[in-house]
Amino acid sequence: MKFTFFHLMPYRPLDLAERHRHRAGWVVLPNTLYDPRKGADEYQSYIDQLVYAEELGFDIVAVNEHHQTAYGMMPAPNLIASALIQRTKHAKIAILGRALPLVNNPINIAEEFAMLDNLSKGRIITGFVRGIGNEYHATGINPYFSHERFQEAHDLIVAAWTKPGPFPFEGEHYNLRYVNLWPRPYQTPHPPIWIPSMGSSETIRWAAAPERKYTFLVTFSGRDLVARYLNLYREQAKEYGYEATGDQLGWASPVYVADTDERAREEARAGIETLFNDFLAVPWEMLMPPGYTSLPSMKNTMRMRKALGARKRHSLEELMDSGTVVVGSPRTVRDQLASLRDATGANNLVTMLQFGVLDNELTRRNMELFAAEVMPHFKN
Amino acid sequence: MAHEEKHKVRDTTVRLLRDGQGSPLIYLHGPAGRPAWSPFFARLAERHEVVVPEHPGFGLSDNPAWMRNIGDAAMYYLDFLDGLRAQRVHLVGHSLGGWIAAELAVRNAARLASLTLIAPAGIRVKGVPSGDNFIWSPEEATRNLFHDQSFADEMLAHTPSEEEADQILTNRYMATKLGWEPRWFNPSLERWLHRIAVPTLVIWGAEDKFLPSRYAELWRERVPGATVSIIDACGHLPQIEKADATAATILRFLEGRRS
Repeated sequence: MKFTFFHLMPYRPLDLAERHRHRAGWVVLPNTLYDPRKGADEYQSYIDQLVYAEELGFDIVAVNEHHQTAYGMMPAPNLIASALIQRTKHAKIAILGRALPLVNNPINIAEEFAMLDNLSKGRIITGFVRGIGNEYHATGINPYFSHERFQEAHDLIVAAWTKPGPFPFEGEHYNLRYVNLWPRPYQTPHPPIWIPSMGSSETIRWAAAPERKYTFLVTFSGRDLVARYLNLYREQAKEYGYEATGDQLGWASPVYVADTDERAREEARAGIETLFNDFLAVPWEMLMPPGYTSLPSMKNTMRMRKALGARKRHSLEELMDSGTVVVGSPRTVRDQLASLRDATGANNLVTMLQFGVLDNELTRRNMELFAAEVMPHFKN
Repeated sequence: MAHEEKHKVRDTTVRLLRDGQGSPLIYLHGPAGRPAWSPFFARLAERHEVVVPEHPGFGLSDNPAWMRNIGDAAMYYLDFLDGLRAQRVHLVGHSLGGWIAAELAVRNAARLASLTLIAPAGIRVKGVPSGDNFIWSPEEATRNLFHDQSFADEMLAHTPSEEEADQILTNRYMATKLGWEPRWFNPSLERWLHRIAVPTLVIWGAEDKFLPSRYAELWRERVPGATVSIIDACGHLPQIEKADATAATILRFLEGRRS
């Protein structure tokens, strides 16, 4: 298996009591709650963790994009990727991902990824996403056109990477007289494209298509959903007439390892529970702006939600039971990861070993124990 | 009581409610979708033939792929007016519907006998932001529609059926398509409001929490000869919260204006 060390870079010094006096930890959370001196230290700690991950043997280090939130301090993840290029030697660097529909000229994304690919001599993995619903409130981009803009931006970026320029691009949302990328990407035909997703059959059908075969990552979902979506990808590939490889499949999960199950739960609890209840949690209207998903799938989601009843705080135990997080002794963690790997044939695990308010010391111990006691059992 | 019809223009069929006799009055609804027939419409129908279409993309009307923005909606309604028997109509629009009506009128007011805008979207006053209806919870959104909260209480006491819930969602999708960005206005509309060369009435609830009544001033400045009527102790839905006063104001305005 290939192991990714993924970071969200949460703003841990957040005053959590104050955060709950606001609608969400996103978009409307006053930025006076951000202290630049503390934030600067956070960046330093987190970049050190990403660099240390390479030393510990992780294959890939990864960052991602979110806007106007304490949940993740990377509105511009390529800046972090650029720093990582200078401080790492062999590890791949994945940006999981850039939110394509949020920009008005996707060429900017094509250019930045191409630059990073050159700067790293081909160590870049790109991720294409639409962003969480919250980002449409943060940026003002109309969520009704989110899917359209994603498709079109994708087509434009891939064409810019692969077709000799200059050429014109004639779209609905993007129209460019001259597409002529300088620099071109280092990798041929272009850097790998991964599709991190909470899962949807439309996205899977698109990502698995023979002309794409993009790596599909199910993010922060329970084990049943991970298995369902990854197997859906496999079936879809078969329908297209080919066998999906394990490299095309992966999932992302917070993981915490300690000597014993009990100790792991005790040390991970605050980090996991703040991640889901304080940093991530947002009202429905923010998470699911109209148009962000297709009307039929939104109708289904609304019905399911009505059946589930009112939202409450998630406990560590609930998240462990559903397999959304993996917390325990090395043996427990190995067994759970192995069972999901065996059920899906996925060859990529994206670990999040720092989450919520988890401090630097516990993060370091988690990383070291994971690298020493879990990773070797999965190396091919 | 009004009866429901289907109405087809080119490739698009919409639902509409129709009742009353007299010079025709077309009512363009707001972002929440086509309202039920109400005392407000009944009052108007005493003097006019009242037609309330459901916009394309809303409720059970067709949702043509070509309707992508407010300009498309305005052009659609120019076609719609051409398809009516009447030579000229009184056009009334509320909120989103007021915006469509204004966009139509700056393009071509030839078929309009008059224009009535109730708390219309479409222009903005810098420094006076509209309420963010897309971030409000369903309860907040309902409460923020009214000044007198008993109206909100009544609305909130009703749990929508599954079919109603689906239509609410459909309406919300289409309202988003037309109104999300820029939020509830078209930067160039204000520049062309001088072209509205028909008698125009602007009605606003003084306590509107969605589109502030201060916007009425800018409409008065930009639309030649526009009359503004501010209704006290009233929110974003004067036609419900102050149905009698709103209908009476409109009927007074229309009196003597020939279609």
